[in-house]
Amino acid sequence: MEMEVLNLTAVGPAGPAFAAQVGAEAGTNAFSCYQCGKCSAGCPLSYAMDYQPRQIMRLVQLGLKDEALKSSTIWLCASCATCTTRCPREVQIAAVMDTLRAMARREGYPYKERSVAAFHRAFLNGVASGGRAYELGMILGYKLSTFEMFKDIDLGLTWLRQGKLKLLPERIKGSASVRDIFEKVRKLEQEEVARQREGRPAAHEGMEGHS
Amino acid sequence: MKYAYYPGCSLHSTATEYDATTRTVCQTLGVELEEIPDWNCCGATSAHATNHLLSLALPARDLAKAEQMGLDVVAPCAACYNRMAQTIHETKDNEVLRGRVSAVIGADYEGTAKAKSLLEVLAADVGPKVVEAKVQKPLKGLRVAAYYGCLLVRPPAVTGWDDAENPQSMDKLMTALGAETVDWSHKTECCGASLTVSRTDIVLKLTRDILDAAKAAGADALVCACPMCQANLDGRQGAVEKTYKTNYHLPVFYFTQLMSLAFGIEPYKLGFARHSIDPRELLHTKEIA
Amino acid sequence: MRRVGVFVCWCGSNIAGTVDIEQVKAAAAKMPNVAYVEDNKYTCSEPGQAAIQKAIKEQKLDRVVVAACSPRMHENTFRRTVGGAGLNPYLLEIANIREHCSWVHPDKVAGTRKAVDLVRRAVYKVAKNVPLQRASIDVTKRALIIGGGIAGIQAALDIADAGQPVVVVEKTPSIGGHMAQLDKTFPTLDCSACILTPKMVDAAQNQNITLMTWSEVEKVDGYIGNFTVTIRKKARHVDTTKCTGCGICWSKCPAKVSSEFDLGIGKRKAIYVPFPQAIPNKPVIDEKNCIFFKTGKCKACQMFCPTGSISFDQKDELVEEKFGAIIVATGYEQWDPSPYGEYGYGRYKDVITGLEFERLVNASGPTEGKIKRPSDGKLPKDVVIIQCVGSRDEAKGIPYCSKTCCMYSAKHAILLEEKIHAHSYVFYMDVRTPGKGYEEFYKRATEEHHATYIRGRVSRVYQKGDKLVCLGEDTLLGKKVEVEADLVILASAMVHQNGASKLAQTLGISYDQNEFYTEAHAKLRPVETNTAGIFLAGACQGPKDIPETVAQAGAAASKVISLLSKPKLETEPLVAQVNEAICSGCLWCKPICPYKAIDGKVVKERIAGGKTIERPVAAVNASLCQGCGACTVACRTGAMNVLGFTNEHILAEVDALCL
Repeated sequence: MEMEVLNLTAVGPAGPAFAAQVGAEAGTNAFSCYQCGKCSAGCPLSYAMDYQPRQIMRLVQLGLKDEALKSSTIWLCASCATCTTRCPREVQIAAVMDTLRAMARREGYPYKERSVAAFHRAFLNGVASGGRAYELGMILGYKLSTFEMFKDIDLGLTWLRQGKLKLLPERIKGSASVRDIFEKVRKLEQEEVARQREGRPAAHEGMEGHS
Repeated sequence: MKYAYYPGCSLHSTATEYDATTRTVCQTLGVELEEIPDWNCCGATSAHATNHLLSLALPARDLAKAEQMGLDVVAPCAACYNRMAQTIHETKDNEVLRGRVSAVIGADYEGTAKAKSLLEVLAADVGPKVVEAKVQKPLKGLRVAAYYGCLLVRPPAVTGWDDAENPQSMDKLMTALGAETVDWSHKTECCGASLTVSRTDIVLKLTRDILDAAKAAGADALVCACPMCQANLDGRQGAVEKTYKTNYHLPVFYFTQLMSLAFGIEPYKLGFARHSIDPRELLHTKEIA
Repeated sequence: MRRVGVFVCWCGSNIAGTVDIEQVKAAAAKMPNVAYVEDNKYTCSEPGQAAIQKAIKEQKLDRVVVAACSPRMHENTFRRTVGGAGLNPYLLEIANIREHCSWVHPDKVAGTRKAVDLVRRAVYKVAKNVPLQRASIDVTKRALIIGGGIAGIQAALDIADAGQPVVVVEKTPSIGGHMAQLDKTFPTLDCSACILTPKMVDAAQNQNITLMTWSEVEKVDGYIGNFTVTIRKKARHVDTTKCTGCGICWSKCPAKVSSEFDLGIGKRKAIYVPFPQAIPNKPVIDEKNCIFFKTGKCKACQMFCPTGSISFDQKDELVEEKFGAIIVATGYEQWDPSPYGEYGYGRYKDVITGLEFERLVNASGPTEGKIKRPSDGKLPKDVVIIQCVGSRDEAKGIPYCSKTCCMYSAKHAILLEEKIHAHSYVFYMDVRTPGKGYEEFYKRATEEHHATYIRGRVSRVYQKGDKLVCLGEDTLLGKKVEVEADLVILASAMVHQNGASKLAQTLGISYDQNEFYTEAHAKLRPVETNTAGIFLAGACQGPKDIPETVAQAGAAASKVISLLSKPKLETEPLVAQVNEAICSGCLWCKPICPYKAIDGKVVKERIAGGKTIERPVAAVNASLCQGCGACTVACRTGAMNVLGFTNEHILAEVDALCL
């Protein structure tokens, strides 16, 4: 962490606006967090994170978007929702992590945990092409993008022998309709990114208030 | 009792034994399963880590099919169940969002079908009493640690059918089978499944913590209701032992495997050979199989 | 031979856990005069007390020793028990074998030995006890309240409502106090004036209430039920019986000075009422700033006054009044944050205190409620609120928490956002909201009004262009942060009223190291002082907010009402007594007495040879004496004794322990 001074007024109205946006997308109130640390204390992954989940909430509250989106935390969160379950202020921290990951990806932030992001991409590529997860293809795709060629070779071979990994993907009949879902979502996301870049107000997304 | 059956991708690959024993158990208990035709992947962690709308749309396509079947969905995989329940939860009182989801999947999604985990159906809807009545070979002397993991019971606003901190449904089922369950500390701790490929180091540590706790509580084996948990706890147990210089040798069952066994199904039909920690030795020692 | 009964209490395991009760009983049985010994699990319980009464009757006991907890806890209980069985209540002694013994000695052997010693001491002493009688005195049915803020007003209304006359002495020209300065009140945000002014009007119109504003208490004599108080009515230079409060005088007055009520943010004239809703709505002339008093010329007010109410030769007047009870409700002052050079209060115009902000945001204030910052009148966009300024700071301020700042800071953040969409950055160390609806209020500030709360003290404020840069650390993030603020509000501490200690000395009540008045018991006697007949209400006892102040004022009023409703008052007989035969009349005791209970008098005496002489001796006013015993120590001839604790008693105790 750099030790420079953070100028909070330089963040300006973007401060509360960022917290409000994250809250709206995650369906929770990011301002509610009172920094008790119960989330971090219960998080099984926090030992490996650069910012504790509590600190991520703090960064969001202060509008320190870059710090939050460049953190390893958002990628190491395993979505187990222990934090959400125990939060005394009913902040859906796990949903906030989802929101931040999605935001980091669509706004082109560099991934602090490249391998995690690569896994998600490889996994979804499989789903997008055949409609179902294709483990072997996913693992190969992942290995190609991360150059972790020899990792997990043992287990992979064992599973192949046990018949746990299929050599060929299962392709569903409606795979085109699944591909279509990905395509539509991608388009909507591009529109949203453009809208934000141009500072136009959000079309009503119906995302607020879900919880 | 009839459900739209959503096996999910794992049950067609790494966890075919879970699929097979699910069908066996349901048949024995009179739970009729009709597989959702041409179902697609729920997207699991990767979708919701990527795009919120995508994470709702993928399960919604399956739920919309179930709606057409006029049935509620049962999913054996904890992750699939959780994504479906989450989709229903978020769209329930949000017509705008439901409209968006329908537009993306190109089908009407009304949100009328419920989603249940297989464990909920067997433990709550069918119930331990009915299960007990079907037991032919009680699992006497077997001490198991029931491991629920995260997605079956969290977050409670979405799941809500069992206690989020100290769930009991699987324990009760195991007791009904004649097994003994241990009271232990890591019932609902996360195994880190979504990081299993990308950050194996983390998963080994989390898995070690869980195996340690189960061993310390005196369990002979773990029993779970999630293909990811099983893959980590069983498939990676050897690596954990090597990395941390420990020795557990704890078989990890699907709860449906133990149910089938107690219902008198021949052990060779239960896929034990596909386990990394072969449970047959333990079952033999306990004179169960 | 006496017949002393000793009753040893277990106090459950509190005593019995570390003191061997059987051994104490056995030892007591062998002590002189002891006729009966008994133990009880809880002597203070109903069966425990019944056992004492039964033993007194059946064993014909004439003295009782209870070996139990501190006499502060149950001495009165057991006096009633003994009295109920027909013995004089003062033929009782308590041996404290709990606080002085079992609670402080983990070693059972040593603890038991000490318990036996303490019981022996009490047995020796009780043998010397004689029956004592309570006396009764008259009560003046009239209360004095010092201070006309919300505490004084509420207490006055409550006492008046019970039909008892009450006088409120207020040192400023109007009643209302600090509450009149506030804009909105937490946690409901109702307007302070809207809920205060009706009470002020009620007080002014109540037949039983006399308001003496622009007046101060000068001297207090007497004792509970019978106080004689000298009040200085400061020269107002306005005849309040003629004045109609029309306001022509202050509109014509040419002398403009900074207004105390507006904390320097606004101006007033030399003849003024402090604020529009003042009660009484009659002005005073401020001699220090009046041009006539300074130069001998002007008199504009007098010239224009349509009722001829102005008189420049009016003088201060001293009046003496009698009261049966006194409530001190003198309130607090806001701490002056000048010692914080690093925050630049006084140097930077836009660094203001919380109370100053109240005037700034108040619709009837100098800016008519527009939050114009003092330097250039601009509306601030970013505001830094610094909590704990002075509070919890032993280096520059005061050690305690001022209790109200967290809530009024949250209020300020809400008002700033609500009124002018300004964003507040609140630097805090803890947010303390232990009142009904308070946590919810704070939550509103963060969730609905998006105030940014930053945990950490601001280190420094400095000017940069037209901004005030505040440097702090977000200690939760572990990062240094800075905020470029347009306005900085210092949530300055609540401290004692100026001259609090002087008034305490006038009244003969005690105060703590922070000059807040001390209550008789922190938990069980929160509105009483250690001086009988004098009570406390509001922030003069410690920092308080309005609800708490009003509650305490009501409690003090109820104490006064019950005191004034008694036809006569009983006095405690454990007071000093002079043996005039051996008193040398040196009166060393007189200045030592903290309650002013000793005076000299002259006695006539026939001496050898039949001649009658006059000689001075000390005389104790039993109503004033609190039985502290300071005089007995000072007395060189041993003429002074506290009844129940005579020299003979004390020697008996010493013998019991040492022989």
